[in-house]
Amino acid sequence: MKILSVENLSRSFGGIKANDNISFKVDEGTILGVIGPNGAGKSTLFDLITGYTKADNGKVEFFNKNIFGLSPDKISNLGVGRTFQKLKPFADQTLLENVMIGSFVKEKNIKKARNKALEIIDFVDLIEKRHHFARELSTGQRKRLEMARAMAIEPKLLLMDEVTGGVDQKTIPGLVELIIKLKKSGVTIVTIEHNINIIMEISDNVLALDQGKSIAFGSPKEIQNNKQVIDSYLGTFDAA
Amino acid sequence: MDNKLLIAKSESLWNTNNKVIFFISSLIILLFALPLFGLNSFYLHLFIMIFMHAVMAQSWNVIAGFSGQISLGHGAFFGIGAYATSFFYIEYGISPWISMPFGILISGFFAILIGIPMLRLSGHYFAIATLLIGISFQVVFQRWDLVGAASGLWVPMTSEDSWIALQFHRSKVPYYYIFLIFFIITFFIVWLLSRSKLGYRLRAVRDDPQAALSLCINVSNYKIIAYVISAMIMAPMGSLFAQYILIIDPDRVFNIEISIIVLLITVLGGIGNVWGPIIGAAILIPISEYSRIYLGGTGGAVDLILYGLILMIICIFRPDGLISFVPKDILERKKQR
Repeated sequence: MKILSVENLSRSFGGIKANDNISFKVDEGTILGVIGPNGAGKSTLFDLITGYTKADNGKVEFFNKNIFGLSPDKISNLGVGRTFQKLKPFADQTLLENVMIGSFVKEKNIKKARNKALEIIDFVDLIEKRHHFARELSTGQRKRLEMARAMAIEPKLLLMDEVTGGVDQKTIPGLVELIIKLKKSGVTIVTIEHNINIIMEISDNVLALDQGKSIAFGSPKEIQNNKQVIDSYLGTFDAA
Repeated sequence: MDNKLLIAKSESLWNTNNKVIFFISSLIILLFALPLFGLNSFYLHLFIMIFMHAVMAQSWNVIAGFSGQISLGHGAFFGIGAYATSFFYIEYGISPWISMPFGILISGFFAILIGIPMLRLSGHYFAIATLLIGISFQVVFQRWDLVGAASGLWVPMTSEDSWIALQFHRSKVPYYYIFLIFFIITFFIVWLLSRSKLGYRLRAVRDDPQAALSLCINVSNYKIIAYVISAMIMAPMGSLFAQYILIIDPDRVFNIEISIIVLLITVLGGIGNVWGPIIGAAILIPISEYSRIYLGGTGGAVDLILYGLILMIICIFRPDGLISFVPKDILERKKQR
């Protein structure tokens, strides 16, 4: 079943077309990887889908329900979670408090919300850091925090913006493992990644953007062999 | 379920520190007992002012400390509360106890009316807009004949002390207890608010509105809720103050100084913390009163210079307020590292 359907989504900033007639579909329970060079319009696409930026035109359907033009809080309330490229933890609150704010969406009772938050924190393997302030956590831990916080709203679809960006090499495998674990838990994922090896490893489908345009959509193998993608972004692909 | 998770779940929801409970209980008992030790009129007045300003600062703490919106016109709600009780008492003889809730509702109504357009602004823009709103109230009331215009309202004095009319001429002790009770109630309301779902969500709005939106939080609505709660806490202090001094005018109850002093108290004590306004008021109000008494007559505004100097020192060396001197483990949940 299609969980997300995007049709002809466009947005211009002045004369620059950040997103130009982007169309794609995401099947439930899959991972869609979004790739593209800097300035390709990947984060703008997330902002358009989640309502943070108003699209000039197009159509966005979530479980066949039109969510185009809805505010971000309404979209998240329908079950679309997201993380941010530039991390946005609630810095002066503990990790537990950060996640509890998310778990309050489904749990009205404060104790139940707390227990649910603790389970999610355990899921992202940060249980020992639960009482640490967000500002005290490392970048990798804050990435996990954002994932945990987004998971707390029990999303059906999770949009993750550069989960492995800006973290050290040792941290990356753990984060990748976490994305796979999330998929196995039944969450559909759309993830922006610069690390092509990771995208090819975890994605069921890949969307390639360049200068605001969708230049390819298909399985990792198809994308790997797509000449336009190779020319504009991949160069030589290291299959290892 | 693994062991660490089980341990985490078994932790109490609020790691209530017995020392804090003992401290709060002792403080409440002490404050109730204080007038029995024969405090003179000046000290009673000093405590009344501390209680009143602590509540007002607590009100400001809700909008600024919890939801992150710096309001510079909060004195407007103090004035509304003051005028509501005085006007209804003078015109219709309605007891302040009855008109006080009415003043609270009017303040809440105006907070919605002001908040809907204003809270779309953020940061400095919101602060400037609220500053102008505060001044506007003062200007409107200075010209509004129905409420005595610039001369204000003179509450007719009762011949005897009266709980119904909220007037006590022989002693300030009843006022002391009334302000003290409001002070304690407000503290517990804000304390509960800070630990509620609403409190969590307001802090999320304060820390990062964009991230809050991704967690199904309607940022604008929550800002308005905080503004309304804040205004409704402020109003009864205006009502009680009007009954305490029995003469109100726009320059006194809508003065910009009111908005500034509640800000200073909260910043001095510690913004975003329920203890901040209490500590701030307990320190700043006596300094203000004493410096005015001992240095105010010098003619060189030495009292104000001293006052400003203390604030500058605090802001430079303790930007988190005086509450930051208290180890977090004592007042907040215990951090288990």
